[in-house]
Amino acid sequence: MTVPPEQLMGTVTAESGIAGQATLDETRVPSRRRVVWRRFVRRKTALAGLILLALLVLMAFGGIHLTHWKYTDHDFNALQVGPTSSHWFGTDLTGKDMFAATMRGAQKSIVIAFLVALMATGIAAIVGSFAGYFGGWLDRTLMWVVNLLLIVPSFLIIAILSPQFHSFWLFVLLLGMFIWQITSRIVRGQTLSLREREYVLAAKYMGVTGPKIIARHIIPNLASLLIIDATINISVAVLTETGLSFFGFGVQPPDISLGTLIADAQASATVLPWLFLFPAGFLVLFVLAVNLVGNGLRDALDPTSGSSR
Amino acid sequence: MGKYLARRLVNYLILVFIATSMAYILAAVSLNPRSHYEGRNPPVPVAEQDHILSQYNLNDKTPVLERYGTWLSDVVHGDFGKEYNGQSVNSEIGRRMWVSGQLLLIGTILGGLIGIAAGAYAAVKQYRWQDNMLSTGSFVLLATPAFVLAILLQVAAVKFNGAVGHKVFEYSGQYNPAQAGGFFAHFGDRMNHLVLPTVTLTLLGASYLMLYQRNAMLDVLGSDYVRTARAKGLRRTTALRRHALRTALIPSVTLFTYSFATIFVGATFTETIYGWHGMGELLVTSIQGNDTNTVTAVTAFVAVLVLLASFLQDIIVGILDPRVRVG
Repeated sequence: MTVPPEQLMGTVTAESGIAGQATLDETRVPSRRRVVWRRFVRRKTALAGLILLALLVLMAFGGIHLTHWKYTDHDFNALQVGPTSSHWFGTDLTGKDMFAATMRGAQKSIVIAFLVALMATGIAAIVGSFAGYFGGWLDRTLMWVVNLLLIVPSFLIIAILSPQFHSFWLFVLLLGMFIWQITSRIVRGQTLSLREREYVLAAKYMGVTGPKIIARHIIPNLASLLIIDATINISVAVLTETGLSFFGFGVQPPDISLGTLIADAQASATVLPWLFLFPAGFLVLFVLAVNLVGNGLRDALDPTSGSSR
Repeated sequence: MGKYLARRLVNYLILVFIATSMAYILAAVSLNPRSHYEGRNPPVPVAEQDHILSQYNLNDKTPVLERYGTWLSDVVHGDFGKEYNGQSVNSEIGRRMWVSGQLLLIGTILGGLIGIAAGAYAAVKQYRWQDNMLSTGSFVLLATPAFVLAILLQVAAVKFNGAVGHKVFEYSGQYNPAQAGGFFAHFGDRMNHLVLPTVTLTLLGASYLMLYQRNAMLDVLGSDYVRTARAKGLRRTTALRRHALRTALIPSVTLFTYSFATIFVGATFTETIYGWHGMGELLVTSIQGNDTNTVTAVTAFVAVLVLLASFLQDIIVGILDPRVRVG
């Protein structure tokens, strides 16, 4: 306790002691955000994924203005034609422009995916951290629910409930409510070890309440994990949504999503391949891009994980 | 070990019971079997509708819990109830179970084995061309939904058949009803129909496990005990197999249970697209057809399969990991 404050300051930097204040100014410590960004960009696949993702989102939301066709239009002069200069992705049996339809479907799928991922990660963070921090009966109950939901595939539950929701928001809510289970278990595991850290114990003995500790200390320390998880959840969400929509359990007509487009194209996929290839290609590229970004983020945020998935 | 497994089994049975009950209640609230009798021409009187539906325990005017009670007492006696048209759910399930069973069994086992083998191999060959090829392939497959993969393979089969001028790959149905010849001709025909759906399911399962197994193996490869095993004179392959692979298998086996549910969902797409009349297809048609009892029976089937997979997982982990056996 006899160390003068200047020296204490000095010990913070890499070159401590003698030069003191002077070196503190010279050794510029890059901010965490910069470090993470540099690590992310260094991986070519991650950067490629990010660029691809940006292009696809831009295409879905901006591309729709490049053509004068709307997804509801029917061009009766061009039924079932392949890609042409007027219809870039061709048309279907009713003369619907596939480019406009694919972009519209992609918009729907992308919006749903982002909303659902955000919600699912939020639920996982809350459930996992509460179960891990408080332990006891709360932990047992929550983890029991998680196990139960893992036994019945969530796909099945959403499908069973599908006749009940004809509203878009209800569908999003339901999707978000059923894909958080595995993450919540990971969050719980991390919380169990965080809860024994000195700063958490200090806060606890100072009388800070549990929920406040979770909000101030536990969740911020799990930020990396949660960011990575939210990214991966985007691809889970888009796959679940398109799968449900494929069977007619998801996005309802007159709305369209990539899933309903692929379902419509299925019967004629061998004869009119463009009906299938464009929506399916967009979907695969989107999921691929999201996964690449997710992996890049994992390596950048958590280099010790040693994972290259 | 026995005591541990028994405790797990009881726990799983309770979970299956609750999961199935939950599915029944959700389905009973959500689906509307009455729709089959409404709007018919000539119209069916409401009293007649009620009579028919009550007979099958599908009447939405009966309170849900009362219907649940009737359903449960039937299920305890091994009867999953009636479809909306009065046919027995049991006979439908009994027929379709084996259809899905062969698909799921072959797909899961092949997918699991190929995935684990490929993952371990890629880890040993890290950053060489074999690893790059396998990892990239799995990564692309992981981004490909089951329905896209199934349709792609179907289109590819049709194009290939067209190019060869002969139907090499069957791409629809379980068998050819007009197949002539004896037992071997029929058997070959069925096998041929099995190829594409199985390839779809295998690829789905394998891609998932492969990436996971590769990571688990990489974590282990650098560890001290693998080096010690080499140092004490074990051959490279023996050291890898006995010390590295064995440890790296544990996390993958744990993942396997959850991937089983994923494979079932994959099978719903595969069956629908390839025209197989299995449980996956039944799930879709019964939800579309507002058939509460059938939906519940399919859910029970899935829950039991996941239970079996979890139980199998516990046994395998017990064999692989001595700490579990002791604990």
